[in-house]
Amino acid sequence: MILSTDRARSRPQGETTPMNAQAPASRDPRLNSPEPFTPRDGGFFQRDRTIHPPAYAPGYKSSVLRSPRQALLSIENSVSEITGPVFGHNDLGPLDNDLIRNYAKDGDPVGERIIVHGRVLDETGRGVPNTLVEFWQANAGGRYRHKKDTYLAPVDPNFGGCGRALTDDAGYYYFRTVKPGPYPWRNFVNSWRPAHIHFSVFGSGFAQRLITQMYFEGDPLIPICPILTTIPDKDALDRLVAPLDLNASIPLDSLAYRFDIVLRGQRSTYFENRPEGN
Amino acid sequence: MPQPLNYLKETASQTAGPYVHIGLIPAMAGFDIFEKNFSNVLVTPDAKGERITLEGRVLDGSGSPLRDVLLEIWQANAAGRYNHPADRSAGAVGEEFRGWGRAGSDFESGLVTFETIKPGAIVDRAGRKCAPHVNIWIVARGINIGLNTRLYFSDEEAANAADPVLNLVEPPVRRKTLIATRSERAGKVVYSFTINLQGPEETVFFDV
Repeated sequence: MILSTDRARSRPQGETTPMNAQAPASRDPRLNSPEPFTPRDGGFFQRDRTIHPPAYAPGYKSSVLRSPRQALLSIENSVSEITGPVFGHNDLGPLDNDLIRNYAKDGDPVGERIIVHGRVLDETGRGVPNTLVEFWQANAGGRYRHKKDTYLAPVDPNFGGCGRALTDDAGYYYFRTVKPGPYPWRNFVNSWRPAHIHFSVFGSGFAQRLITQMYFEGDPLIPICPILTTIPDKDALDRLVAPLDLNASIPLDSLAYRFDIVLRGQRSTYFENRPEGN
Repeated sequence: MPQPLNYLKETASQTAGPYVHIGLIPAMAGFDIFEKNFSNVLVTPDAKGERITLEGRVLDGSGSPLRDVLLEIWQANAAGRYNHPADRSAGAVGEEFRGWGRAGSDFESGLVTFETIKPGAIVDRAGRKCAPHVNIWIVARGINIGLNTRLYFSDEEAANAADPVLNLVEPPVRRKTLIATRSERAGKVVYSFTINLQGPEETVFFDV
């Protein structure tokens, strides 16, 4: 609208109106708005799809029948995309971020005790505060607590395998769990998933919604995983691998892994008086 | 060399896998763990607006329903207002309607249902009125990055015809893939939809 205003003002004085001109549209009320020009419209940076797996990735066979084949229709962010659900501590229970205790029946689950922690950031580097992070995983033997999982490794009576956390004001989250085991799956007959933890993250707008998986530094199954290798960009793949973070480990108790998650960048805050990163 | 921009890169997406229920709907995985759970029921006793059921399936390239798919919906309230601080429109908003829910498909039939209210029309940032719609996000085994689509309502013909997003869909014959069909069943209003991942009726998916 700024541009069209400038154009209107630069029209030479005395220019006559063409005979076939339509009646002028009613003046856009925003032209009288006292708000100064601002790049802060709250929209998200365009998603760089070259770092994401394509929908159709035949090496991951399940994608063949489940991948759209038409081009996606690109639309600019409207209020439908820059808004999203807001969660709070009322949505969570006190043990939700402790997978060692949140399903314990008669003792702790079997496995390597670990802490997973990191920040949820956006592409500008700002922390994303108060956003919901959900996670789920197999147990130490590679078995999921799910009625459709039939892997022969046993379920652990003391391990549910899911949890959630709300990031703090700086976008920081953490949880405690046991390290999941690798497991076989039917893609090729001898396909194995590297040990991984699934993550679901919301961000501040529905267009930032993301599900991904975290892997563990040094796992030899990483470079041969048919799901991981759907990612075409080597650096993007490496960013899914959490390093051992010895400084964050608890001596004589738990090792720690660090996993930062980056959501789409946001052009800005919605209100001048809100803290950055919202 | 110009100054470096130093933006970070978005974390790459990975499939939600077949066991997405464990983390997001543990009751469907077969166990009870959280004190509070999210669900497919968005409506609350105090929410204003017409009570509706959304009911649909997601079909793969063979026409078979996905039985392990998870859908989330995000919508405005009956006044056309999203329950989020970035929506600065005039409509009233309150705690009685969050506007978000999630549902897993039935393991046998593939049916996905939501109990919600019909959203009002929203105004986009150019001041244009947008037809009432529900935003949908779809994840499942075999889906490498969540799919974004929308549901519009069959009884909003005039609003749909003027909707700025529907009008971007080319060829126009594909617009109908975004429209849920209204019917009444035992006194309840049901909007039915089918999301086709592939094929001649492939649903329009958005890069938002």
